[in-house]
Amino acid sequence: MADGKFRFPAVELGPEATELRREVRAFLAEELRTGGFKPIADSWTAGMSPEFSRKLGARGWLGMMWPKKYGGHERTALDRYVVTEELLTAGAPVAMHWIADRQSGPLLLRFGTEKQREEILPRIARGECYFAIGMSEPDSGSDLASLRTAAKKVDGGWVVNGRKIWSSGAHLCHYMITLVRTAPKEDGGRHDGLSQFLIDLKSPGVSIRPIKNIAGDSHFNETVFDEVSVPDEMVVGKIGDGWRQVVSELAYERSGPERFLSTFVVMREGLREIGADADARSDEAFGRLAARLKTLRRMSLGVGSLLQQGQSPVTEAALVKDIGTRYEREVLEEMRRLLPARPLGQSPDPYGSVLRDGILYVPSATIRGGTNEVLKGIVARELGLR
Amino acid sequence: MSDNDNIIVDTTTRLLQDLCTPSIVNDAEEGKWPTVLWNALEEAGLPLTWVSDELGGAGAEISDGFAVLKVAGSFAVPVPLAETLMAGMLLAKAGMNVPQGPMSIAPVQPGATIGLQGGVLKGTTRFVPFARSVKHLVVLADGNVCLVAAGDCSMSHGISLAGEPRDDVSFDGVKPLDVAPAGEVSADFVQQLGATVRSVQMAGALQRILDQSVEYAMERVQFGRPIGKFQAVQHNLAELAGEVAAAGAAADAAAEVVADPSIDADRRAAEVATAKVRVGEAAGKGAAIAHQAHGAMGFTYEHSLHHSTRRLWSWRDEFGNEAVWAGRLGRLVAARGADNLWPFITGE
Repeated sequence: MADGKFRFPAVELGPEATELRREVRAFLAEELRTGGFKPIADSWTAGMSPEFSRKLGARGWLGMMWPKKYGGHERTALDRYVVTEELLTAGAPVAMHWIADRQSGPLLLRFGTEKQREEILPRIARGECYFAIGMSEPDSGSDLASLRTAAKKVDGGWVVNGRKIWSSGAHLCHYMITLVRTAPKEDGGRHDGLSQFLIDLKSPGVSIRPIKNIAGDSHFNETVFDEVSVPDEMVVGKIGDGWRQVVSELAYERSGPERFLSTFVVMREGLREIGADADARSDEAFGRLAARLKTLRRMSLGVGSLLQQGQSPVTEAALVKDIGTRYEREVLEEMRRLLPARPLGQSPDPYGSVLRDGILYVPSATIRGGTNEVLKGIVARELGLR
Repeated sequence: MSDNDNIIVDTTTRLLQDLCTPSIVNDAEEGKWPTVLWNALEEAGLPLTWVSDELGGAGAEISDGFAVLKVAGSFAVPVPLAETLMAGMLLAKAGMNVPQGPMSIAPVQPGATIGLQGGVLKGTTRFVPFARSVKHLVVLADGNVCLVAAGDCSMSHGISLAGEPRDDVSFDGVKPLDVAPAGEVSADFVQQLGATVRSVQMAGALQRILDQSVEYAMERVQFGRPIGKFQAVQHNLAELAGEVAAAGAAADAAAEVVADPSIDADRRAAEVATAKVRVGEAAGKGAAIAHQAHGAMGFTYEHSLHHSTRRLWSWRDEFGNEAVWAGRLGRLVAARGADNLWPFITGE
């Protein structure tokens, strides 16, 4: 009775994780000192640096959990958690490899062919090979199963026509794992007849158009597939199993600390800005935010440990993402209330610059990877209401 | 949680299902002491979970006591179980023998003090939980833990939002039955322990109001279907589930460290503050959502929802509210500065 159906097990990070954290912090301090990067908000979508990704690969901090024979490092989910949370809170430019390391690699490891794994996973782990997400379409967002990008069978492969949208970094990525319809809807349920293809974005017939966001940046795209040939060997998993596979991909996509740490640098720089002017009001504000943050982190680590045990904590991840993304917004509002207003357009100071980016990027936090409305629906189903 | 926890949770749950019914809770508010319930709790050894067997207790783990309190919180237990647990811990930490029967602690208000001079207590303190109902009060006075017969004190009665006794107690001229140097028991420790206990009780009560709200939403039919089928209601209850989960996580984190002196003092302070702030927020938001889901029915005295929601509103303000603890936590944050913010959050 007193313990509910949602599990967030307590996690004790061991001495190895502490040592790893120390190494990551030392690396980041050195990078900052030598101008290797400038901390930014939402760095896992906005900070694209192939050079930085290769440095992480060289240190063994990509593909951390994968088998060594695929270039991985056979570390635990919690080790990976420590590395990602340190990179995110430093505001480091991790966007280039983020999708490949977080979800595309694990998807290939789980469903890919031996050839796909051998060819691609080591390159991801070295920080050299980047992936775009191929799920949403112009007319299919939250209702993903209504997608219309379709493939028809030809000798030796498939021909794909359609378009995918909101794929971050597609213009710089090598591959897109693309969810397409391979059998008409009327042949079964709406979740049947979907398949995932590993599409080389340099293929003839692929064109990528940048879409400018409200911050003025163009790192997401619309990708058009016009008679694109995809050989059979580039099918991921089984034809017709795409929905089941994409659901497992979403569990990786939703469960990480990036779902509450996107505006952490704003809180940190806000604290620096207040400095010696801290008073009872700012103490209370920072205390409230710190309490929320500590609690979210404990819940998120719990989700990480469930993943480590091989479970698929879909509802727990949805809960953390819902609360976490709202917390990201609250950080910005709280800082605005505490610190004097300033023109933010081209702010040269670190606080003004991360606050600007935070405010302009945060509307996407409660949309990407499943809107908070969709997430609440998942929770409601688990409660037995749907 | 220790392996024992599940057994203790099951035992406590069964006992309370039988003996802590809504009518017992209502009767207690009318001033009728639930003798059968209290005796059963004592027989099961639950009030003295935190006292070693040499000192007269059950000698169980700290986590066992908190597991009991989470269950008790979900049943709106109308007796000083939490207060007796805390009083027992304070006596045990001071190496004193622990009597049977219900106990409470004083002072409970942040910053309040009681004096001890020439073996006699001096001072008045407010809002002592269940003071009129207990046999003994455990009082922290001038660096000493004192065991006091409640009957020796003069009291003026008050009640909490939940209808529980919160009495003002005057200790002037009272001679304690037993006194020992407080050692590691400080006024700060009493506040931290109280804040953690209330957080754990609230986590239990929040779980209860979520269960009740989901059940009610699936029973209550309007516009031809259960109201739980409406997306607006579903989203409210999903939000409540999030608050319940966050409250449980925050309360557990504090319960793991609060009574362990081997853990760094600042870390303990941070976990306790986090719990009281986060669980207190969840209590406010959660009670509002539960009442909204229950409509006018939940606003009636007849419905038992208020057993939990009124306790949530009462407990969130005791041993320091969200503002008090957020201020303390924020001070720790500000003192460390921007570059230590993340290390402070991770604790390393």
